[in-house]
Amino acid sequence: MTYYASLLSLIPLLPLFSALILLFSKPNKLTTALLAVGSISGAACISLFLNFVFWQQTDFVLTSNLGNWIKIAQLHINFSLYLDALSLVMITIITGVGALIHLYSIGFMYQDKDFKRYFTYLNLFVSAMLFLVLADNLLLLYLGWEGVGLCSYLLIGFWYQDRDNNLAANKAFLMTRIGDTAMALGLFLLFIELGTLNIQDLQVQALSVWSSSNNNMANLCCLLLLGGALGKSAQFPLQNWLPDAMAGPTPVSALIHAATMVTAGIYLIARNSQLFQMAPDVMYLIAFIGTITLLLGASAAMVQSDLKRILAYSTISQLGYMFLALGVGAGASAVFHLMTHAFFKALLFLSAGALIYSLHHEHNIFKMGGLLKKLPIVATSFAIGCAALASLPFTSGFFSKELILEQLIDSGHTNFWWAAVLGAFITAFYSARLFFVVFLGDSKQSPDKQPEKIMSLVLLLLCFFSLFGGIQPSGIQTLMPKLNASGLTTLQHWLPIVLPFIAISLAWWMFKTNLFGKTITVPALQYFHQLLKSGWAFDRIYQVIFVSPFKFLCQLNKSDIIDLHYRALEKISKLLHKKFSQFQNGKLRCYNASLIIFCVLAFAWFIKGALMS
Amino acid sequence: MTLFILLFIPLIGGMLAWYSEKFNANLPKKIALVSLLCCWLPLFSPLNNIIFNDNSFALSQWLLNEPHSWIPIFNIGAHLAMDGLSLLLIVLTLLMGLVALSSAWHEITKRTGFFYLNLLWTLAGVIGVFLAIDLFLFFVFWEVMLVPMYFLISIWGYENRHYAAIKFFIFTQAGGLLMLLSLCALVGVHFQQTGLLTFDYIILLQNPISGDLAFWIALGFTIAFLVKLPALPFHSWLPDAHTQAPTAASVILAAVLLKTGGYGIIRFVLPLFPDASLILAPSMMLIGVIGIIYGAMMAFVQTDLKRLVAYSSVSHMGFVLLGCFAFNIYALQGAVMQMLAHGISTSALFVLVGMIQHRYHTRDLNKLGGLWSKLPKLSAFGLFFGIASLGMPGLGNFVAEFLILLGSFEQYPKLTIFAASGLILAAIYSLLLIYKTFFGQIKGPHDSKISDTNTKEWVTLLSMCFILIYLGLHPQPFFDLTYTSLTNLTFIPSNIGS
Repeated sequence: MTYYASLLSLIPLLPLFSALILLFSKPNKLTTALLAVGSISGAACISLFLNFVFWQQTDFVLTSNLGNWIKIAQLHINFSLYLDALSLVMITIITGVGALIHLYSIGFMYQDKDFKRYFTYLNLFVSAMLFLVLADNLLLLYLGWEGVGLCSYLLIGFWYQDRDNNLAANKAFLMTRIGDTAMALGLFLLFIELGTLNIQDLQVQALSVWSSSNNNMANLCCLLLLGGALGKSAQFPLQNWLPDAMAGPTPVSALIHAATMVTAGIYLIARNSQLFQMAPDVMYLIAFIGTITLLLGASAAMVQSDLKRILAYSTISQLGYMFLALGVGAGASAVFHLMTHAFFKALLFLSAGALIYSLHHEHNIFKMGGLLKKLPIVATSFAIGCAALASLPFTSGFFSKELILEQLIDSGHTNFWWAAVLGAFITAFYSARLFFVVFLGDSKQSPDKQPEKIMSLVLLLLCFFSLFGGIQPSGIQTLMPKLNASGLTTLQHWLPIVLPFIAISLAWWMFKTNLFGKTITVPALQYFHQLLKSGWAFDRIYQVIFVSPFKFLCQLNKSDIIDLHYRALEKISKLLHKKFSQFQNGKLRCYNASLIIFCVLAFAWFIKGALMS
Repeated sequence: MTLFILLFIPLIGGMLAWYSEKFNANLPKKIALVSLLCCWLPLFSPLNNIIFNDNSFALSQWLLNEPHSWIPIFNIGAHLAMDGLSLLLIVLTLLMGLVALSSAWHEITKRTGFFYLNLLWTLAGVIGVFLAIDLFLFFVFWEVMLVPMYFLISIWGYENRHYAAIKFFIFTQAGGLLMLLSLCALVGVHFQQTGLLTFDYIILLQNPISGDLAFWIALGFTIAFLVKLPALPFHSWLPDAHTQAPTAASVILAAVLLKTGGYGIIRFVLPLFPDASLILAPSMMLIGVIGIIYGAMMAFVQTDLKRLVAYSSVSHMGFVLLGCFAFNIYALQGAVMQMLAHGISTSALFVLVGMIQHRYHTRDLNKLGGLWSKLPKLSAFGLFFGIASLGMPGLGNFVAEFLILLGSFEQYPKLTIFAASGLILAAIYSLLLIYKTFFGQIKGPHDSKISDTNTKEWVTLLSMCFILIYLGLHPQPFFDLTYTSLTNLTFIPSNIGS
């Protein structure tokens, strides 16, 4: 086991070392690429090997201690890694998809002068993400959690000359920081209530300390942890940083803002599943938030014209599905959907990246069109990605989404099921719209170059996974207690399968009649269109409620009210100084006069005293 | 004699540096460097003991204890002693002294001899404050560190230096006066209650004074230390002093001078007045929390880079105050860690601002921008220390803030929630600093003479990075070092029961 343990500790350390070497040396582009891709591929090989070793087992646990961090009184925090079925799935996704995206980035970023900086950040990100999913205690998890946030910030603002990119980066960091602060408070509360921050001990302690279910304290702790998950996974009401985060290079959007970092919230809840099971109210809230988010994201995705924003809203919506699944207690299917989503969304983003690469940084889908024949590989991969997103039968997305829908019925939440089916309909609709507008119809501009070979290779590999990645690893089914299968009615069984086709037909009809991209003349409809396009105007609402008052308050006090008092004190003493120094003017006349006045007054006072007595 | 030698090296070094200016204007800084390096020699044996023989110091609080008599008629002694806490702060002082020296090396060209005299005497005063165990001696050193600092600001400062220097002096002097009064009252009351006239901390500690007067004396001490920390509403000397001070003075000010306030609370207020500090605790924690939020909000709207960093100091030192009065081993350890981490990260930011000002002759955020494309190394350091000050896990500031909040959450959950909002606010101003200074398009005319960090600057900043990372990833040795000194304080709530 010690042999496996040291292999395990190599997984997050390889990318970390590679990032450090890149930071402190000046390699040429080839060495940079070899080092960056090599380290992640090494980590991916180790994870695959561990998969191979533990394939049949469900109850395995592998731990590895990298050293002591903090040890004060009852607080014992180690740099310890913990591998079980859940984290094995996660590291496989992270290193696998991560390696592919690193490889793709070589082609995509080759012309960029900050090639090395890009790979340093990217390696650092993968390392932090691996620490996040392998951490055996919540504080180490928090380290990874903030680390991925930092890398996300750095990569969104990677092209720093453009102020807009940095504003998007700041927004992403601050909005997730709000959630993270709630999570930090959750950590304090958990430690004070349960006396440990070790994740496995927490689950055990929670059962014994909060003996009764639906304990208020359990609800509060889980609510605070949920705050962190909402920020990181872009869920309502902290979802609106993600569309702006698309300002980063496209492979970054694929890796961080689709496949890995944004799934950290799902991982956090799945990891603490026993804890959350003690808090049914919070579980219901998770399902509710998931439903709102999936509808909100899907509806906003319908009307976007920026290629990457469509995909971003789609990501928000798909993450909503995972939250919904978590909330009804179907953790295994949530993680399964997380995996398939990582494949097909990475594929979609990377295809989008290839499109943008070939069309000199064009993002507007209405300026594309008829690209099917000109960019065949991209078109194929886009088609497969869209099919998986729309969950057409026999793609990977189909299996995972069907599983979620089925378990919604099994858990008895029919309302949520209807909402999820509606979401699936919209998803299929916007996927079809995206594909039709970009690849069919009249050609509006022709690509000036084909994507690099290395990019096409990665696209093909991801196509494979998106089609056949629907094989669920046996381990993750043990994550959460099985729900009793109640059996589906015919409607419940066939409706989700048929609906995507209806949605695609509808999209086809609208495409043929040129309804997409047409300017809307009806005012009410136009207003609604604008509302959807701005992602339900959350930016503006937050601007009015939080940002502007805060700025106003700070500006008001810019000169520091407290300091004004001290300055007033200074002014008063200066004034007194002036007044009194007027007596000291060197004129004998004044001195004489004041002497006489004083004598007269003194004499008068003396006389008065004498008369009174 | 070790501690006295430690104290006299910078004092004598300062005199020599002043005198040597007659021969060569470049000589003083070399003498200053040598004397700062010599200061490490007396520390060699205690450090050696701790690193290789780590059980020995757990037995007693004091690593070195050197009592000498000074003014026998009042029983005033020249009593110096060092425990883990003071050792740690002295190491910080000496390290930051080197950083200050590095930033002054080329910046200071006029009256170099007098400059290094003041620099070294300030450091000597601070070392004395950390070592003095006799209260009267403590007061003497408290004053010794102020006067040279006043000269540093008012002679070598920027455009509005006289105003800032006088403000600094009046504020701290008023605090000092209050301390002198409380100190005499403390000794007087102690004499009344026990019949023993003494200024010695260790003896005073054995019989903490009681009664109503104890509360007022404790308050007097606390306010004197709050001025130094600085906490609201006594903070307003800090932004002015920092903005106008030369970089080296800013570094000393941020890194060590402010820490004497936190040190004073931990060393004197808490153990000498256990009952009174329990009564004071809620209001002090409230002041701390208000300071955290107020400082961060002020930092957000500043356009002067140095003012921004200065207000962020106010916010960070609010955490120290919060930690000191939480009466909890986590929070106290966190407060000490915050003093170290803030000392390094903030002075690094001041060093960076100094470098930017040296190159671009402005500190105005609206006139800066896009430095990354011109000075990538300097900007990378700026990014690092900006991120450190917003409390990124893996760096010392996070460990500190985490422990402080964890410790204070148990007793004061509501206050702690507000304090935790400081984490968000810290992100706001830190990101603003990074965004305005380093990102975007480069502004102003292209000047080919401006170059990136030279080796000296690079080494200084990089070693500060490494110390912060070390504090963040392996803080255990520091916790062990101060554990004995701090556990002596946490018995208070269990004995008295809050």
